[in-house]
Amino acid sequence: MDLQSYLLLSATLFIIGVVGVIARRNAIIVFMSIELMLNSVNLSLVAFSAFLGDVTGQMIVFFAMTVAAAEAAVGLAIIIALFRNKQTINLEDINILKW
Amino acid sequence: MHQRDMWFKNEPRCVIHGRLIRPSTTSSRLSVILETLLFYFFGTISVGSALMMVTRRSPVIAALYLILNFFALGGLYLSLHAQFIAFIQILVYAGAIMVLFLFVIMLLNLGDEKKLAEKISYKKIIGAGLSFGVLMELIYVLGFSTASLPPSQFEKATEIGTVENIGMQLFTTFLFPFEVTSILLLSAIVGAVILAKKKLR
Repeated sequence: MDLQSYLLLSATLFIIGVVGVIARRNAIIVFMSIELMLNSVNLSLVAFSAFLGDVTGQMIVFFAMTVAAAEAAVGLAIIIALFRNKQTINLEDINILKW
Repeated sequence: MHQRDMWFKNEPRCVIHGRLIRPSTTSSRLSVILETLLFYFFGTISVGSALMMVTRRSPVIAALYLILNFFALGGLYLSLHAQFIAFIQILVYAGAIMVLFLFVIMLLNLGDEKKLAEKISYKKIIGAGLSFGVLMELIYVLGFSTASLPPSQFEKATEIGTVENIGMQLFTTFLFPFEVTSILLLSAIVGAVILAKKKLR
């Protein structure tokens, strides 16, 4: 397989994640779509790392994973706090920051 | 294939138990075929499970499809010779992070959404159309580009993805980002605890 195939797969997964963020209104599913987008970028980084023979891509993936873990913890805590205050995680109903 | 055979002949690490393992051309060709097969297998699973994840009504089923997607990506990492990243993917993503997601979904006791998209507004249609356009653009740029990439170093990939090499890089070149990561995780823990608290005082 060549590099282009992996990049195409990565782009497809990323756009599926973008459509999930745009079209869904459930906050947890939007959050999971963001994780999907992070993972698709990780895939292209690992593919570049393997095809260019450079370890830097895999190191960036390692740090991206730790950032994703921290982001998941804080994001889920925000979702729990929202649910406690509003009894919903439907993003249409959460509009206190809407202008 | 020629490059790969040359690499196997010149590589001293291929000596296992005192015997030089010299793969024949057929086994090298087999590995290329196997890699292609694995790419299509895991690529189909990952795209299919991502589509299922985005379109399911129940968040629990969506989370389970996302776990399947992470396993497929782990398989792709393994076929790209990134062993350490593949195992971290399974352990951290499919293990820890998705357990956290499932825990929160079941804690909140969410029902299924009534309809997938409650109101199909023009904004969503424009957004989906634009992202589809971006996908087409990316396919055009990546698939039909004649940009010259540097020569493929795929033969070296088995060495750079090992735990030994990653750990060496982590504690020499990337020592400062590694330390910053610990501060980031600490602040994430504190932030999660404070946000999830019942009452702030």
